[in-house]
Amino acid sequence: MTTIASARPVAPLRAPRLTTTDQVRTAVALVSRDLAVLFMSPFQFLVRVSMQPALFSFVFAYVFPRIGFGIGGSRGGASSFGNVLLPGLMANTLMFQGIQSVALPLVQEFSFSKEIEDRVMAPVPTWAVAVSKIISGAIQSCFAAIIVVPAVWIASGMAISPDWGHPALLVSLVVLGSLVGAALGLLMGTIVRPQSINLLFALLILPLTLLGCVYYPWSALHTLRWLQIAVLFNPVVYMSEGLRASLAPQFGYISLWAVYGLLLAGMAVMTVAGVCLFRRRVIS
Amino acid sequence: MVATVERAPADAVDVADAGIVCRELTKIYHGAPPAPAWGGRTGAGGTPGGATHRGGPPAPAQARDAGDGVLAVDRLNLVVERGAFFGLLGPNGAGKSTTIGMLTTRVIPTRGQAIVAGVDVVKQPALARTQLAAVTQTNTLDRSLTVFDNLYFHGRYFGLARGESRRRAQRLIERFNLVDKARAMVDELSGGLAQRVQIARALLHDPAVLFLDEPTAGLDPQGRLALWDLLRELHAGGQTILLTTHYMEEADTLCERIAVIDHGRLLALDTPAGLKASVGAQRIVTLTLNRPDDGAVRRRIERIEGVNRVDADGAVLRVYADVEQGLVPEVVNAVAAAGAELHDLSVAEPTLEAVYLNLTGREYRE
Repeated sequence: MTTIASARPVAPLRAPRLTTTDQVRTAVALVSRDLAVLFMSPFQFLVRVSMQPALFSFVFAYVFPRIGFGIGGSRGGASSFGNVLLPGLMANTLMFQGIQSVALPLVQEFSFSKEIEDRVMAPVPTWAVAVSKIISGAIQSCFAAIIVVPAVWIASGMAISPDWGHPALLVSLVVLGSLVGAALGLLMGTIVRPQSINLLFALLILPLTLLGCVYYPWSALHTLRWLQIAVLFNPVVYMSEGLRASLAPQFGYISLWAVYGLLLAGMAVMTVAGVCLFRRRVIS
Repeated sequence: MVATVERAPADAVDVADAGIVCRELTKIYHGAPPAPAWGGRTGAGGTPGGATHRGGPPAPAQARDAGDGVLAVDRLNLVVERGAFFGLLGPNGAGKSTTIGMLTTRVIPTRGQAIVAGVDVVKQPALARTQLAAVTQTNTLDRSLTVFDNLYFHGRYFGLARGESRRRAQRLIERFNLVDKARAMVDELSGGLAQRVQIARALLHDPAVLFLDEPTAGLDPQGRLALWDLLRELHAGGQTILLTTHYMEEADTLCERIAVIDHGRLLALDTPAGLKASVGAQRIVTLTLNRPDDGAVRRRIERIEGVNRVDADGAVLRVYADVEQGLVPEVVNAVAAAGAELHDLSVAEPTLEAVYLNLTGREYRE
C-alpha cells in the first residue's frame, strides 16, 4: 500500500461530456475532410470519373455503328444501344467509384502511411468513423454518376434519349447504389493488403463490371440461362437494372422488389461486415 | 512541479484528479499479437509478423505465455498525477506499447481498469479520446492535407467550430515555429518538423494527458534537442505527459518519474536519481581481461574495501563500489595478483542505462 502525496494543489477537473450532437458534428467533420480533399483537385476527379464511360460510349455507341461493326450496326442501333449503355455505365460508376474512393485510400491509410490514426482517435465510436467513410464515398459516387450523363451523351454523338420521367426511382437508386458501392469499398479496404491491391481489379472490379448487365439488359441473357442466374449474385446487376427501369424502361428490367430488396440487403450485410473488420483493424 | 507517481493499488487515489490511473491492468493476446495500429510500427503490409519490430506488442518470445494466450501486460498498477512528466521504459516487447494502447483506447484490456483524466477508457472510449492525445514515432499526418489543414481538421473532428479551429491552428503554428511551413504539404517536412506538427496537432483539442510513444526515434541530434525543449516547455505549462523511449538520456533529462517494465510487469518506479541510487554504488569500474575470469580476479576484487559487488560476464567484470580514492590502483593490483592481464578499464558513475540493463538484462531482443 502506498500513499499518494500531492506535491501541489490541483484544481478539480471539469467533468468531461460528450453529447450526441458533439458526435454528429465529429462525423460531419470526418465526411467534410474527405470532400475537402476531393475538391482540392476537381479536374482530376472529373477525368477519373468520365474517361471510362466516355470511351465506352464513344467506341460502342458512336464508332461501332458508323463502321458497321457489331452492336447496333445502324444509326438507330446507336441510339438504342446508347440508351442501354447509360444506366449500365452509371451503375458501373457507382460501384467503381465507391471502391476507388473508399477502398484504395483505406488500404494505404491502414498500411504504410497510417494516416487513418488521427480520424480513428476522433471522439466518436469506431463504427462511426467507418460509417462516415461510407457516407463520404457514397457522396463522391453520386457526383460521379451525375458526371456520367453528359460524358455518355457527348461521347455517343448526342445519340441518347433517356427517359427522365421517373425521378424518384432515379434518385433513390443512385443514392442506394452509391451506398452499396461505398460499403463494398469499406469491406475491400479493410480486407485487402497493399501487396494484393492489383488483385482487387482482376478479381472484383472486372467481373462486377463485365458481368453486371452494364452493356446489356438482364433479360437479353435468356439464351444463356446458367449465366443469367449466375450474374444474380452481382450487385451491379440490380443497380443497372434499377437504373434501366428509370432511364430506359423500354428494354425491360428485373422486378423492382428484387432491385430494392437485394440492394438494401447487400448494403446492410457489407456495411456490418465492413464496420466489424474496420474495428478489428484499429482496436485489439 | 513535482510529480507524484507511485506503485499503488490506487484505491486511495482521487481518480478524477489523477492524470492516469491503472488498476491491475492486464492484457492477454489470444493468437498472434496484432499489428500495433495505434503505434504505427508494423512490418510490410501491416502483417501481424511485423509487430515485433521496435516496440510493437510483445512477441511471444518475450512476453509470457498465459496458458491459452500471450501475457503482454500483467496486473499493472500505476498512478500518474496531473502535471507529471512520466517515463515508461522497457525493452522491445516489454509491454510499453500495449500499455499505451490500452490507455489510449486502442487495445481493450483483458482485465483491470484504466482511467485517463477521470474517464474510464474502456467504458467510455469516445469520451476518453477528448481527454487524451497520442503521438507516435511514425508520421501519421494526413498526406492529403497541408500542415495547417492537418491541425484545422483535427480541431473539427473534436467538435470545434470552423473559426475556433482555425484560430487554434494558427496559434499553435506560431507557437511551434511552423509559420513558414503552414501551407506546405506533409511530404515536404523533415522528420523533426513532422514530429513538431504531430505534437501541435495533438495539442489542438487541449488534451489533459499527452502520450508520446518514442517521439524522438529517428531524429537527428538537433531535431531531438529541439523536441526536448518543446516538451520541457509543455511540461512547464502544466501538461501531463507520458513518454516511452529507448534513449536513457532522454528519460533522464525529461522525466520526473520513470517506470521500468519488462515481460508486462513493473520492475521499478522512481525518480531518475532514485533509480540511479538503487545501483548501490557511486562508481562502476568496468574491466576487460585477456581471458574469461575463472573467479580468481573476482574474488580478489571483492575483498577490496568499498567494493559492494562484482558482476562477471566472460572477460568483462563490472565493479560496483562506494569509494573512488585509490580504487583503480587496487583493482589493477588485484588483476595482476590473480595472474590476469588488463586489456581495458573504464570508470563511470551509475547511469540510468546501467540501472535499466541491470533490471532488464543485456540480451538483445529484436
